[in-house]
Amino acid sequence: MKRTIPLIIVITLCFLFAAHTFIPHKISQDFFDWYLDWVRAIAPFSVVLGIMSMTMNHSARIQRKTPNWHYSIVTLVGLYFTAAAGFIWGTQEGTPYMWIFRNVQMPMGATMFALLAFYIASAAYKAFRARSAEATVLLLAAIVVMFGQVPIGVQMFGEGILDVTQWILDVPNLASKRGIALGVGLGMVATSLRIMLGIERTYLGGGQ
Amino acid sequence: MFEIFSNWVAAFFTLCIFSFLYKDNPFYRFAEHLFVGVSMGYAIPLTWNASMIPNVYRPIFLQHRFELIFPALLGALYIFTFNRKLNWLSKFPIAFGMGLVGMGVPMSMNAGVLVQMRGAMIPIQDINTFLVWVGTVTILLYFFFSKAHTGAYGKIVKVGIWYMMLGFGASFGYTVMARISLLIGRIQFLVIDVVQNTIRFFGS
Repeated sequence: MKRTIPLIIVITLCFLFAAHTFIPHKISQDFFDWYLDWVRAIAPFSVVLGIMSMTMNHSARIQRKTPNWHYSIVTLVGLYFTAAAGFIWGTQEGTPYMWIFRNVQMPMGATMFALLAFYIASAAYKAFRARSAEATVLLLAAIVVMFGQVPIGVQMFGEGILDVTQWILDVPNLASKRGIALGVGLGMVATSLRIMLGIERTYLGGGQ
Repeated sequence: MFEIFSNWVAAFFTLCIFSFLYKDNPFYRFAEHLFVGVSMGYAIPLTWNASMIPNVYRPIFLQHRFELIFPALLGALYIFTFNRKLNWLSKFPIAFGMGLVGMGVPMSMNAGVLVQMRGAMIPIQDINTFLVWVGTVTILLYFFFSKAHTGAYGKIVKVGIWYMMLGFGASFGYTVMARISLLIGRIQFLVIDVVQNTIRFFGS
């Protein structure tokens, strides 16, 4: 019963909205607009779920004094202090909230991604050492595309590198992306149909 | 003076993250945990202002659309996710949101399949359109798992793998360039914004 009612809601709404796509009648459109208003009102509460999950997880670590539990205090202080700064002083430019964003969150986020440059180089080296034909093709395509993006590439290999880069992007890359997009599209249709017909129920959890 | 201080705070956290290149250490862990907390904390007021105020507070309390109290209560049921006995209540807002999946069937079919097929079904006028056609067909054959990739079929499928490797290589090249661009940005920040500005400030 506890799983059947949500399942009936999902199946009914799925069939109604699938039909709405083909028959955009005024009644159907009004119902869809009403539904969107409801979904928009429900959505912000999902953030509460994230906050609760994070708080409970890190509080449990602190209470149990698991290894490295001190860092959980840092996470919780960061979480609540930043949120409080946004609510107390506002989110406009020049507030403590924006100062935290510009001088704490943004530099760390950018550096995290910059750090990946080193690991990508390491992964490329490992792929090269694998000495398989596929890995070599991948690496060669990457090197050509990279040199085609920077002035030093043109200086080293001439204007031809730009044409080769453009050809890789327009021909094999396009075919590759199209083949994968078709596969993903068919996969999405299949998964949506499984949910619509009630075969896929993992989103309802495993309990009774 | 405050700008110099702000830059030094940003530089400290930047160096904390970079310290991971040497090995995992307490400075990195401190910055990593703070980053997670601050990122989540940053999202809360944004969600409040961009979603809670215009979609819940304003319609109910200012426009008096009291029927929206029901979805708000439905959304509040999310909190029972962590309660073993009342966990089933949290499935209702999830189920309500999943209704949109029904719309996804025709929309995915259109955007993901038909548009791509329309792009693929063009007259073969030159060698490049022929190569694109060959690539698309062989990649689709690669993803057809009901037949073993052996014999002549395996060789055709191999062509698809090569096409995919070229495509992945192009994406990989772009990703590396984006990451290096970010790295240059961080190095410029450390050298110009932090070191040079500090020297200029204390030198003047």
